[in-house]
Amino acid sequence: MNWLDTILQGVLLGGLYALFAAGLSLVFGIMRLVNLAHGDLIVLAAFLILVLVTALGLNPFLAALVAAPLMFAIGWGLQYFLLNRTLGKDILPPLLVTFGLSIVIQNGLLEGFSADSRRVVAGSLESASVNLGPVTAGVMPLMTFFSAVAVIVGLNQMIYRTSVGRAFRATSDDPVTAGLMGIRPQRIFALATGLAMVVVTIAALYLGTRANFDPTSGPSRLIYAFEAVIIGGLGSLWGTLAGGIILGLAQTVGAAINPEWQILSGHLAFLAVLLFKPRGLFPRAVD
Amino acid sequence: MALLETRGLTASYGDFQALFGVDITVGAGETIAIIGANGAGKTTLMRSIAGVLSNQAASILYRDEPIGALQAPDIVARGIAMVPEGRKLFPSLTVEENLLVGRYGRRTDGPWHLDSVYGLFPVLKERRNTPSTALSGGQQQMVAIGRALMSNPELLLCDEISLGLAPVIVRDIYAAFPRIRETGASIVIVEQDIAQALKVADRVYCMMEGRVTLSGRSADLTRDAIHTAYFGADPGAEHHELA
Repeated sequence: MNWLDTILQGVLLGGLYALFAAGLSLVFGIMRLVNLAHGDLIVLAAFLILVLVTALGLNPFLAALVAAPLMFAIGWGLQYFLLNRTLGKDILPPLLVTFGLSIVIQNGLLEGFSADSRRVVAGSLESASVNLGPVTAGVMPLMTFFSAVAVIVGLNQMIYRTSVGRAFRATSDDPVTAGLMGIRPQRIFALATGLAMVVVTIAALYLGTRANFDPTSGPSRLIYAFEAVIIGGLGSLWGTLAGGIILGLAQTVGAAINPEWQILSGHLAFLAVLLFKPRGLFPRAVD
Repeated sequence: MALLETRGLTASYGDFQALFGVDITVGAGETIAIIGANGAGKTTLMRSIAGVLSNQAASILYRDEPIGALQAPDIVARGIAMVPEGRKLFPSLTVEENLLVGRYGRRTDGPWHLDSVYGLFPVLKERRNTPSTALSGGQQQMVAIGRALMSNPELLLCDEISLGLAPVIVRDIYAAFPRIRETGASIVIVEQDIAQALKVADRVYCMMEGRVTLSGRSADLTRDAIHTAYFGADPGAEHHELA
């Protein structure tokens, strides 16, 4: 067994989990909304990319570029017209509504695409690899990982370096006082969910090109996303990347020891973090 | 023409009515103090004007335009900024970020920008990259005032800015008000410290149990009249008009 290879594959897999989780982390960090339909929205975006690739013959990356603004619009509208109505002191309404949304998306996709597994074809990129000294890495896993890093860097730059980012953080701290600054929390929340859906589209691109997916694939993606967010610390984007990597590492190391342990190892790592660091490894200073 | 006018303004929190037909006017360039004991309705009045509490549209007029039903961001866009009670700084933002977020809803050119706010409160420049939670109470109050000024308001609402601060700090903060007035802004100060309020205000309204019980020019108000309006010592006193 080549442990260096195992670790590299784990880190690269962590990039995919970080992409699953980044949108969830962004939305939770700004409006404390736990979106149970997040995984299904990733699958919805994957089907959207699939449709664009098959119907228009687009390259998957170009299809994702077309899908991103559409998903932004879906996210914006979803938040502004539906989810904003559920936000308040009671955490139950958003959970119930997003759970219902998850069922609606799954059944809608089943109606439209049947229960067959699908895959987005990325051509020769799928099998391309590069030699990194003693180990070899697939081009797609590398692209996934660097996309995850780019997404985290980009979101952090936006949140900490721009006027909109300050408005995000101010609204997250105190929406009533943010209103006194001229910030419209309902629109800020809608913008955040729109951006989360752009990240979801990037995650969907790599989900669709690296694995099979079907209309019921969402909940398992949601679990990985949740675990990455909670391992990293609620509301911390860099923590989310770290959480994804830890989850990916735990799975690949577990699989290297015994292939049956892959999924279990990830969940055990998650439980260990919950047990010893309930707020995650890199929690936000202000919660 | 009054810059701001409330006409029979009422406000409630659920079944509890906090304001009963409040009438006040604020002229251009004027400084008004609103005094009263705890629970008099002063903060509710400020929150109503700032759009935090929704009212009948015509119950608040700004430049003769009904604004009572507008939300807070629309009020800011019209040139009314508020320094809320308890400062309410954003804890995840630094001092400078707190100031910058004050410009979000109204980015008009005017006398107030980062440099002029730092000129008004130099200590904030030294601590510009400090988390706002790490500041003393007085410095936090300076940030709250600076943040409101960043939108270059024509009307500045200040709610209980001396609350919980040492007298020497209160004096320093109030020392900034003449410079704010020089820019032409009108100011409404809600204050429990009567002496401080009388010192800076052109006119005073005293409130008790959601009603205005006294109004007049600061220089004309007698100690007894204020005492009666503030504490309700004279049960027959409804509203003393001394102006």
